[in-house]
Amino acid sequence: MTNCPECDEPVAAEDRFCESCGRNLLVRTTPVGGPDGTAAALCACGSTEIDEEGFCEQCGRAQPVGRDRMEFVLPTIAGISDRGRRRARNEDSMAFGHVHARGVAAIVCDGVASSERADEASQAAVDAANAVLVDALVEGTDPERATVLAVAAANRAAGALARAEAPDVAPSCTYVSAMRTDDGAVVGWVGDSRAYWLADVGNATPSRRLTKDDTWAAQLVADGVLTEAEAVNDRRSHVLSRWLGGDSGQVSPHVVALRPEESGVVLLCSDGLWNYLPEVEDLDAARTRGTTPVELARELTEHALAAGGHDNITVVVIEVGGGRGR
Amino acid sequence: MVAEFAVEVFQNEYLTEGAREVDAIVTVAASGMPAAGVAPVDIAQVVIVDCSGSMRYPPTKLDAAKKATATAIDTLRDGVSFAVVEGTGSARMVYPTHRGLAVASPRTKTEAKRAVRVLVSDGGTAMGRWLALADQVLAGHEGPLKHAILLTDGQNQHETPAQLSRTLASISGRFTCDCRGVGTDWQVDELRKIAEAMLGTVDIVADSRGLADDFRAMTATAMGKAVGGVSLRLWTPEGAEVRFLKQVSPTVLDLTDRRTEAGPRTGEYPTGAWGAESRDYHLCVRVRPAGVGDRMLAGRVSLVTPGGDVLGQGRVLAVWTADEALSTRINREVAHYTGQAELAEVIQDGLEARKAGDVETATAKLGRAVALATSSGNTDTAKLLAKVVEVEDPVTGTVRLRPRVADADEMTLDTRSTVTKRVGKGGG
Repeated sequence: MTNCPECDEPVAAEDRFCESCGRNLLVRTTPVGGPDGTAAALCACGSTEIDEEGFCEQCGRAQPVGRDRMEFVLPTIAGISDRGRRRARNEDSMAFGHVHARGVAAIVCDGVASSERADEASQAAVDAANAVLVDALVEGTDPERATVLAVAAANRAAGALARAEAPDVAPSCTYVSAMRTDDGAVVGWVGDSRAYWLADVGNATPSRRLTKDDTWAAQLVADGVLTEAEAVNDRRSHVLSRWLGGDSGQVSPHVVALRPEESGVVLLCSDGLWNYLPEVEDLDAARTRGTTPVELARELTEHALAAGGHDNITVVVIEVGGGRGR
Repeated sequence: MVAEFAVEVFQNEYLTEGAREVDAIVTVAASGMPAAGVAPVDIAQVVIVDCSGSMRYPPTKLDAAKKATATAIDTLRDGVSFAVVEGTGSARMVYPTHRGLAVASPRTKTEAKRAVRVLVSDGGTAMGRWLALADQVLAGHEGPLKHAILLTDGQNQHETPAQLSRTLASISGRFTCDCRGVGTDWQVDELRKIAEAMLGTVDIVADSRGLADDFRAMTATAMGKAVGGVSLRLWTPEGAEVRFLKQVSPTVLDLTDRRTEAGPRTGEYPTGAWGAESRDYHLCVRVRPAGVGDRMLAGRVSLVTPGGDVLGQGRVLAVWTADEALSTRINREVAHYTGQAELAEVIQDGLEARKAGDVETATAKLGRAVALATSSGNTDTAKLLAKVVEVEDPVTGTVRLRPRVADADEMTLDTRSTVTKRVGKGGG
């Protein structure tokens, strides 16, 4: 016997809906608008006394509030979104859902800093996409088709925030999503937020990056104009060639499918993480094996913070393959 | 208690990477006092009149002191507790005759004034004993507002400075005491030491004809106080060091060494009694530096009653940034009061050097004072300075010492050196 996550009334294991409030018990997702900020029970200095304004009574350090640090955990998936150390606010967003016996879906969007209300854009986009992907899991829709629909929904949601008089700064964001299905995962993206496959062992299906950045620099590398090394240092390396939002027009995502022969995780992240760990080898070197998704998400986020935290950091970790519980 | 203390903090909270010193001006404005004043039963006032032998010369001095005391008595609201103490080489009750307080009424006021009228001057000067008697008298008062006025014309000759310091240490915080020096034979340092310890004001009344008005004003101010024994409570984070806490308006008063510990990372500094008034404090805290992007509460300032009620609270922040445009910004209030505190210091140092015959130092210090007074718009102090130095260029502070300076002018400048100009808030 457990309790309904919505109304806390007892529900039976075989119930699909809560008898009291009607909530679908098979579906669990991050809340629309984003997870509540983690009200840290413990300051980094070890004190448990936090004043009503969010300052530690011992060391004085401001504790993260609201979007500064969000953490959410569902079975086989977890995510963290952190403001980082240099940015005034967190313009990244994440959303994910778990559908009992079907799979999980997750989205990371990174608000474009040069647009206005980029935090609202990324949040609206992940929420819209999550609703589409979770419905697709429930209904058994083809994941590649679902991903295209989710991007369209996210694009509409972000685009709806644009002001007619300010089209140049229309709220915009990147997009990367993953759907875990029976035999693997389907990843879709627009922009430079990334997905990686990190294998537990890596003999049969080695770790690799699943996405290619939609940036001018990446385009120039692909066209042979720049080398990879030149692109990293090029000022255009982060200039997006595609994004979601009012000024993006019709956008269809790149979609790839992953069918690993062994277990591992799919990692979705914003550039706040991959700036410090760009290559899959870097990620493999930085992580501890055998951790839970939330432990890995924390470990990688801490790595980016310790390296300077120049940008917002969002990390979502999804267990994939190897007969993992759905 | 309906008094409200609005606390406002002015600072540039942005620090460059690795920086650790946080400066802030904390403005405390008390309001919401009862229009008719607090109940008279809450207030007690003692007037201490110097009756040493020197008060006879000129004879108008003692007369003026008596008149001023009578005016102070007249200004008392009926129902207020009061006493008059005579100060010589010892201290004696003038009114009432027992070591206690009388309750102001038309009858007791008349009796008190009659007792004052027959005072004669004879004997020495031992201000610590006068204050000790005032303390005994006021100790019997149950209300929260205890005030004394100390009038003297001479130096504290009949006890040692150490004796006075000991007395001040034992009675400090038990009542407030405003000090007035009449004539020019008293010592500014001495009265300033008493006034600072007793959280009162100090001033010179060079012409004894001005005494009565001054006593009336001081008594009226005392009648207008609504909350007594208010402390400034300061919380700072672990590892922080309070470099200083100074009252900087209306006068400079360093409170740094007046701290008493009040719990973890918390100390309390006395501020005395408050009416409807506003005061500014300059706080400088050295904190442990944090990383760029981190925000820290560098100090929490609360005004608390003796019973522990928090009347108002303000926060001093520190935010580390890599943006130099932010971290190098000068806060106007902090800059202004840093200048005013320096002004008080260079005036006192300059006058000291002048007395010691060190013309070079005196000229440099007083010149700097003229420049500071000019740039901050402290015209009152600039005028007082101009009586001690000839000003060639007020902006650069180019001055010459005047060969002849009236004692009263020099003492007035010294006494009022700590009076600051309020920072203009907002605009220019």
